Amino acid sequence: MKVELIHIHKHFGAVHANNDINLTVESGKIQGILGENGAGKSTLMKILSGYIQADSGEIRLDGTPVKINSPSDAIRLGIGMLHQDPLDFPPMRVVDNLLIGHDGGLFPNRGEVVRAFSELQSRFGFNIDPYAYVDTLTVGERQQLEILRLLWLGARVLILDEPTTGISASQKEKLFETLRKLAAQGMSVIFVSHKLEDVEFLCDRIAVFRKGELVGQVDPPYVTDELVQMMFGRAISLEEKQRYETCDVSFHLDHVTIEDYRLQIRDINLTISCGEVIGLAGMEGSGQVQFLRTCAGLIRPVAGEINLGGRRLTGKPYRAFLEAGIAYVPASRLEEGLIPGLSLTEHFILAEEQNGFFINFDKALATTRQRIEDFNIKGTPVSTVESLSGGNQQRALLAMLRQPVNLLLLEHPTRGLDIESAIWIWGKLKERCKQGTSIIFTSADLEEILQYSDRILVFYGGKVSPPLDAESTTVEQLGQLIGGKGF
Amino acid sequence: MTTMKTSSRWSGIGFQALAVLLALAFTTIVMLISGADPLQVYQNILTGAVGSPVKIADILVAWTPLLLATAGLLLTFTAGLWNIGIEGQITLGAIFTTWALRVLQPTDLPPALIITIGFIAGALGGMFWAGLVALLKIFGNVNEIFGGLGLNFVATALTIWLIFGPWKRPGVGSMSGTEPFPLELWLPTLQGFRLSPLSLAMGIIAIVIVYILLRGTYFGLRLKAVGRNGRAAFLMGIPTTRYMLMAFLLCGLMAGLAGATQVLAVYHRLIPSISSGYGFLGMMVAMLVNYQALWAAPVALFFAALNIGSIQLPIVLKLDSSLSGVLQGSLVLFVLLMDGVRRRLTRS
Amino acid sequence: MDTQIILIGLAGVLASSAPIVFATIGETFAERSGVINLSLNGTILLTAMAGFAVAVTTNSLVLGFLAGALIGGLVALIVAFSSITLKQSQVAVGFILALTCRDLAYYLGNPFMGLQGPRVASLPIPGLADIPIIGVIFFQQDIPVYASFLLIIVSYVFIFKTKPGLMLQGIGEKPATAFVRGANVNRMRYFYTVLGGMLAGLAGPMFSLSVKAGWKGTISGLDGFGWIALALTIFGGWNPLRAAFGAYLFGLLQWLGLVLQPSLPNIPSQVLQVAPFPLMILTLLLVNIGNAEWVDRTLAALPEKTRKWLANILRSLRTSPPASLGVPFENE
Repeated sequence: MKVELIHIHKHFGAVHANNDINLTVESGKIQGILGENGAGKSTLMKILSGYIQADSGEIRLDGTPVKINSPSDAIRLGIGMLHQDPLDFPPMRVVDNLLIGHDGGLFPNRGEVVRAFSELQSRFGFNIDPYAYVDTLTVGERQQLEILRLLWLGARVLILDEPTTGISASQKEKLFETLRKLAAQGMSVIFVSHKLEDVEFLCDRIAVFRKGELVGQVDPPYVTDELVQMMFGRAISLEEKQRYETCDVSFHLDHVTIEDYRLQIRDINLTISCGEVIGLAGMEGSGQVQFLRTCAGLIRPVAGEINLGGRRLTGKPYRAFLEAGIAYVPASRLEEGLIPGLSLTEHFILAEEQNGFFINFDKALATTRQRIEDFNIKGTPVSTVESLSGGNQQRALLAMLRQPVNLLLLEHPTRGLDIESAIWIWGKLKERCKQGTSIIFTSADLEEILQYSDRILVFYGGKVSPPLDAESTTVEQLGQLIGGKGF
Repeated sequence: MTTMKTSSRWSGIGFQALAVLLALAFTTIVMLISGADPLQVYQNILTGAVGSPVKIADILVAWTPLLLATAGLLLTFTAGLWNIGIEGQITLGAIFTTWALRVLQPTDLPPALIITIGFIAGALGGMFWAGLVALLKIFGNVNEIFGGLGLNFVATALTIWLIFGPWKRPGVGSMSGTEPFPLELWLPTLQGFRLSPLSLAMGIIAIVIVYILLRGTYFGLRLKAVGRNGRAAFLMGIPTTRYMLMAFLLCGLMAGLAGATQVLAVYHRLIPSISSGYGFLGMMVAMLVNYQALWAAPVALFFAALNIGSIQLPIVLKLDSSLSGVLQGSLVLFVLLMDGVRRRLTRS
Repeated sequence: MDTQIILIGLAGVLASSAPIVFATIGETFAERSGVINLSLNGTILLTAMAGFAVAVTTNSLVLGFLAGALIGGLVALIVAFSSITLKQSQVAVGFILALTCRDLAYYLGNPFMGLQGPRVASLPIPGLADIPIIGVIFFQQDIPVYASFLLIIVSYVFIFKTKPGLMLQGIGEKPATAFVRGANVNRMRYFYTVLGGMLAGLAGPMFSLSVKAGWKGTISGLDGFGWIALALTIFGGWNPLRAAFGAYLFGLLQWLGLVLQPSLPNIPSQVLQVAPFPLMILTLLLVNIGNAEWVDRTLAALPEKTRKWLANILRSLRTSPPASLGVPFENE
């Protein structure tokens, strides 16, 4: 089905998220949409899929103007969207997930649904148990489920928003194969991503977005530098890699076993020296977060020993870890990291050592001003944290860390940030490494892991690879391990 | 910037005034439904509240425990806790005070000392009951609303059992309560009034302390952090369970003192409904002032006046005195609703 | 003879639990959609008074029940409006309504105190009522009790076996997904909250026109049932069958309290009446303690076998609420 988006405008408050977008997607083609976070890609796709409505502009399907007021309107017209976080119901069964929102009588005919589902699965070589609970599936399988569901509902335009985040290499291969098959059958596929490699590899045409505008369209063969130039408005060079291993207060994990009701990670042995950076790779839910939280003292391992610079921390509470100089920065900034409703000043007061019973607000204000300047935070001392942008929230979190920190544990430190903020943040982190801080971080971005780590641990279903040297490891090797090959 | 702020403040006041009008309208309709003459009722409440110096003093008598309860609740609300169990905490305070007095009454200790010990016992009683809710919440994951409610009912049952059982009046137990204490164990009152300046001072000191705590101390700020995002506060290194426990215990302490006041300064014995509903009323006050300590005292005074004003309704107009509760409740409800309306209007 | 007394007693337990069943299942519907209606205690008192007052004035039981449902729905509508549309705290509004409706019931019910009113008559079902044992327990009841049996089954089938029921689960679990699947999340939340309020609103007249016929103001003995129903909703794990089981268990305990009263003369009846409340705390403790963090930490220190065994017990007891319970939904 041919999709035409004509003069689309969308504002969020003062932000012009989509500024006069004109885009045509021919049927049978895979259209790539490239741009960094916040460029307006997702907004446009949400408009096309009825999740939100444009302020002005027109949408035509096969030449006919249509009004799309809700996601159910969109699917009725044949437009299905696969969201970045799979929009499904984790605690429910696959078959019930298919049923919710499907038209039909009061009592569902589960047998029939399962038959139709199996038929579709065999067409694409998928293999999902229709009676499994969704929260037992991998992210890749949940994606497959959503694709099948949308096809079952009659989608002829398929929109995928950042679909390759968090899935294994083999699942990615399968996804791409499926998308090509669908395009060959005359479906229009819109593939939204900020990953150059994926878009270049898959798409018949690429539209590049920057700051709410469509800056241009490119046909193959693609020139990577040209695409980067369009995405960022200029060429970007990544920082040279450096190593710092200077001191000897090291962090040891000795035969550590972690257990959670879903998975068990057995017998981890690891020694991290000062200034070293360890990247944790793997699909989401493979055990990286449990590992990180064990290092932070938030999860108590069922066996093994943890110590830092000879100090035994096994079984000690979180506060003991904190006092030993281990700091943990969670991924969900507003849920776990910061306190909505409190100002930056109040955050810095909370992060400081208590000094007397009453707060010295003048001093606190001075400290806050200093931190805002040092960390380049766009905000005032009285700004509440929820009024800051994601990048500034992350800067505030880093600014709150106490001095000195021996081990810094970071969950997805640059998730949702634009590339400049990400580079800035890694600059600050590397400064800390120079002072002897060790870092362990998780990321879904393999390039980030390869770029900034000294060594890498790959997690797969609770198994942990031996530490890999980042310099001699390639994206392909990592991808294989993440997909479970080579364990 | 400043003009925007002032205009939003004025619109806020406008919406609050509207809320008050709506609450009055609602209560008036309720009166009309019951066949009462609203003007007569309002007039009765007014004269009932401020008709004589004794009545004005009575407002202050009611204000004291209400102020204590509200002060305590501001701490638990700040910590993000719904201490619905405050009614039980007041009751336990009263029970402990009565207990202490009963034990010490036959001794030769000076009355002033016995009264002091009575207050301390009351505070401990309130803390004990609040501590139970806290333990259930912190270690058992039992929501404090349900833990507190359950313990409220238990406290009431305990009171009744004591009044009809071990502490019954010579002869036969009755709903009128335990045997009154001798005059020397009454907290001194102003000549000719029921008002005890000592307990009034206690109430005022409590609210002032809470105001200072929440405004300018590390303790208050950390409590706020725990209340707004407990998980983040914990990760920042604030011992959240300890702060929640402290909020509960401090609230329990003040509730216990309120209970002690009821025994020592007002009823001079234990009666079945010794808490007089001041705990729940305190929650209403805290909600109405949007959990800000500054306005708690005047609003509590107003609510106390309504309570005193409606006491004579059953006698004079044959109406149930729960009408004051209807007025208070609808006031809080409409203020909350109008605040929501204002935010909705200013957002879009 | 003795067995007959026990059978009649059990029948009485089913009858006296019927209002709680209605209130608990009503709350289950509201909470499944993501809205906590904390006003139940006030709702039950107000509708008990209003149902009685209407039935006395009009001499019509049907109108009494209708009034109850209407008022219950109206109170729930206030909760829904303030939390869904105005984004105010559900707990705060619910609590205020719980108190205000109670005071309203006592104030407006004043003229009706102690009046003689109509009462729902029992209606043995011909044929079924004569079956030994089962007939006495189940089929010599009145219409509201039969309605409570029906409600348990219908609501269970609705929530777990029908398409709208699946969607209801979805709305409370992950509203963003439900929205993409075509649900008008907020409208559905309004609907189920009001529906739940109407069911809870029927509980009042079931008390005042049947189980505890009459209106006696503050000594009607109805204060507290609403809070019990809220606790039972959690105990029931948001499942009508388990919730009904909890309600019957609660009714059984109250009945045992009454039966045991003569053999425990030292304990005033008021004390036995509150016996279920500590029990409520205890059951909530049992279903919730498995979610506590310190339990995980402590378990981690135990030997493997004991750990797994204890963890399994705790997990089977544990109930988890709909993931978005109390969280407002906004599509950007």
